[in-house]
Amino acid sequence: MSTLHTVNKSPFATQSLLSCINHVKDGDAILLIEDGVYGAAAGTGVSDAVAGKAGSVKFYVLGPDLEARGIPATRLLEGVEVVDYAGFVGLAVEHDRAQAWL
Amino acid sequence: MMEEGVKKFLYVNRKAPYGTIYALEALEVVLIGAAFDQDVSLAFLDDGVFQLTRDQNTDGVGVKNFSPTFRALGDYDVNKLYVERESLEERGLTADDLQEIVYEDEDDDWAEKPSIRIISRAEMADLMHDQDVILSF
Amino acid sequence: MKFGIVVSEGPYTHEASDTAYNFVKAAIEAGHEVPRVFFYHDGVNVGTRLTVPPQDDRNIQVNWTNLAKEHGIDLVVCIAAAQRRGILDENEAKRQGKDADNIAEGFRISGLGQLIEMGIQTDRLMMFGD
Repeated sequence: MSTLHTVNKSPFATQSLLSCINHVKDGDAILLIEDGVYGAAAGTGVSDAVAGKAGSVKFYVLGPDLEARGIPATRLLEGVEVVDYAGFVGLAVEHDRAQAWL
Repeated sequence: MMEEGVKKFLYVNRKAPYGTIYALEALEVVLIGAAFDQDVSLAFLDDGVFQLTRDQNTDGVGVKNFSPTFRALGDYDVNKLYVERESLEERGLTADDLQEIVYEDEDDDWAEKPSIRIISRAEMADLMHDQDVILSF
Repeated sequence: MKFGIVVSEGPYTHEASDTAYNFVKAAIEAGHEVPRVFFYHDGVNVGTRLTVPPQDDRNIQVNWTNLAKEHGIDLVVCIAAAQRRGILDENEAKRQGKDADNIAEGFRISGLGQLIEMGIQTDRLMMFGD
């Protein structure tokens, strides 16, 4: 049993991403969407927190939201996978429940 | 064993009251949802713990004080209010700063019992992982 | 698989209703069912037919109305949240003594019970808000 967590806020504006990271279980997935995609970049103040969790939890980022914000895939942390909306749906199917960190 | 057709519903409260309407409208969902006889729990973490503090008085701002409604939840068979200890501590609060919320346990000769259960962050993660439906506010 | 969708922010200010729309479209394209979308908090504002976005922008309400018509999605606007924010159908307008209604085609106003029922009857509940 696992959970798909979605985070839609910039980690530089709210604690949502950190709170999510502090409540996930091994095997869960975290999908960064909307302003949440800023948390997927390397070399930021939250990169260590994300990278530190990436061993036990899989990180995804919503491609259309990345592109909208002009973040190239080359700026992403290693191991963060880009998905489109179909991939988002697939993740929701794959996991047993979804939890939005609004 | 859970009764067939009964799902575990968790209402996750992470926002403070009054600054935005989320806390009040979350409570409205809980009250309506109680009629559906599901297995309901409420989680309070991050700024959500501020929803349960004592002595809220909204007279000056002219907004409805809905904090007494939490004390009525027991009458709706909603009696599992999980509050995260770390969230309290980070905000300089202890359990004593929270309202007393009780319910009458029909399986124990209607003994009055506390609805608020203070749990650790790890236990909160376990609780979230044990749900069918998670509603976030 | 059956998806239940909650939209809890209004259109244009927040991306939530756009993300939800794109998710629902992708889910249906993948062969899943989306029987209902429930609009709560400021999300009820998606259901007014009186918005007039600039011509070079998307029309969020019309997009939902068309998607719902095409795929039989039940678009439910929470009555309690709607009354606070001035979203009314003809019956509600009459009942409340208001001189107009504004609910858009394909949307209907109903109670919070529809949200809980959706949680019970679908396989996954997805929330889009802020």
